[in-house]
Amino acid sequence: MKSVVIALYVLIVIAGIAAPQIFPNYTFQVAVLWMMILFALTWDIMGGQMGYNSLGNIFFFGAGMYISAVVQIAQFAPVGEYTASFGAYQVEFTNAQYYTGLALGIIAAAIGAVIFAVLLGSCVFGLRGPYFAIGTLGIALAAAELVGGWGWIGGGGGISMPVFPGGPDVRSKFFYYICFALAITTFGFLRWLYTTRFGLAINAIRDNESKAEAMGLHTRRYKTVAWSIAAFFLGMVGAVFGNMVGFIEPLEVAFPTITFGIFMVAMSLLGGKGTLWGPVIGATLFHVIKELTWTYLLGWQWVALGAIIVVNVVYFQQGILGWAMERWPEKFGVVVEPVPGGARAAGQAQEAAR
Amino acid sequence: MLDNLNLLIQAPLLNVQLLLDGLLIGAIFALAAYGLALVWGVMNVKNLAQGDFVIMGGYVATTFAHNDIHPFYALPAAIVLMFGFGWLVYVFIIRRVIGKDMFVSLLATFGLALVLQQALNLIFGSDVQTAEAGYKTRFFFGGQVTVADTKFIALVLAGVLAACVVLFMKKSRMGKAIRATAQDARAARVLGVNTDRVYAFTFALNSAICGAAGVLVAMIWVIQPYYGIVHSIRSFIIVVFAGLGNLPGVIFGALFLGSAEQFSAFVFGAEFQVAAVVCILVLVLVYRQIQYARHRRVVE
Repeated sequence: MKSVVIALYVLIVIAGIAAPQIFPNYTFQVAVLWMMILFALTWDIMGGQMGYNSLGNIFFFGAGMYISAVVQIAQFAPVGEYTASFGAYQVEFTNAQYYTGLALGIIAAAIGAVIFAVLLGSCVFGLRGPYFAIGTLGIALAAAELVGGWGWIGGGGGISMPVFPGGPDVRSKFFYYICFALAITTFGFLRWLYTTRFGLAINAIRDNESKAEAMGLHTRRYKTVAWSIAAFFLGMVGAVFGNMVGFIEPLEVAFPTITFGIFMVAMSLLGGKGTLWGPVIGATLFHVIKELTWTYLLGWQWVALGAIIVVNVVYFQQGILGWAMERWPEKFGVVVEPVPGGARAAGQAQEAAR
Repeated sequence: MLDNLNLLIQAPLLNVQLLLDGLLIGAIFALAAYGLALVWGVMNVKNLAQGDFVIMGGYVATTFAHNDIHPFYALPAAIVLMFGFGWLVYVFIIRRVIGKDMFVSLLATFGLALVLQQALNLIFGSDVQTAEAGYKTRFFFGGQVTVADTKFIALVLAGVLAACVVLFMKKSRMGKAIRATAQDARAARVLGVNTDRVYAFTFALNSAICGAAGVLVAMIWVIQPYYGIVHSIRSFIIVVFAGLGNLPGVIFGALFLGSAEQFSAFVFGAEFQVAAVVCILVLVLVYRQIQYARHRRVVE
């Protein structure tokens, strides 16, 4: 079994590295697929493993995007003038300048997103259940509206990002590999994280928060750290996506609450929330369905996607992996023994399988 | 921003105008918020498609107006249509999320909201529409304060509708069954109440109320397929602010929200109106959280 899993990892990494060579026309789409996987994984830290369903995680994506944009521009040009000119103010970057700017932007985006997560967490972590979901949704919507009214960073008109110093082919491959690396790093990090004490603690918060608190877990600290981890990766991928599309704007690109923001929830649920592989499977399947409906149901694609979300939530809640776990428990290492203590052993095995 | 504040201080009649507009619109918010509180209280389902039901009702009114029928007649039509629609939504979606994790209902109705908003967009287009009722506009204080007659009529209609619903809940057999189910669904079932029917009726009633509110919104304001989410958030603000089963709180909250929105739109500029609504939501939630923390301390 173990060798199969290792072979699977190797296969995925090879496929990820080879994809832009095999399908050069779809590099952007596959890059977005890696981004979607990252979205679903980071949403699942809070939503699946900790039981805090956030509808506003997209906020960190947009925040990272704008922070990185400002950092990248501010090194070489006055931000206000640059944004006011809507792309007319061109700065000639040398290669070194562009890449250091981008690297600094990504780092600043990650740090900024974490700071936002800590600050906002202190506002919303007292909220439970649906109030938390609505509160975070409110934050994401408010951010889009406020950024849209802030002239210094371009307002509703958006910002044209610095131009990549290279051909379109190099450019798409460059950003593809960054997205790929980010998604793989996130997966590896979370895989390790869920095996640690921290993973057990956030699972305890999901199962019964008051009890976890009574057992001596500092729940607020765990919640803040969990949200900061999600924000860290989302901020970085936001910075990368902003540069990848080349033009950022608050409603559709930076804070797309009703598209990416709700997709990340739908993808985790489709794959099976609270599992490591569920979000990955869900994101892949959802992205494929999305692209197919885009191609064949043009005009009605949003209706189709909304319907998928409704059907998934209402009729197929446990998700693909959850369903498979119910159907073939023995494949996931759950041993059902008809002896006293069997239930406990089975529970432990299930924990191990996670 | 400061100029606008100055203007408010120097021309006090502007305050009257903003306050009146806010109160007249707030009365309609109260309807949708009442429906949300009803569904929330009875079946513990948080309906994020509330605003889209409102917009659907609004499109009934604009369709009537475009076909040269007075939008006033759209009111009964919207109530009947939306009642049926709500029943269908209950049968296919809501029935299966009652009693599940609370987030499930939130997400299912959010998905429904997406479907509705996009379907409306495809059918009616994304233009901002309004149902012209053709009434006069009254002028007060030598034309400094203007109030359209439609707004008064909408206010009266909203009041009448609310009174009807409250009376229905208090007096009728179904109303009593709904209240009994809200108190204890299991006991109601034991005593012979068909709770499934009660739930279906409650949800359908909610969507009918929303439809009626939508007709009024279309008559005095504008509608657009994507405005639904803002209406949903308004309803949530009001209900979270008031708490469940608090009718005076809902009315007060709605009127307050309506005027707060008008004032913030004037002071910060119209492009910040939606932002103001959402910021009020976050503030109300933080206020709830502080209350909750105080409650926890008392318990400790």
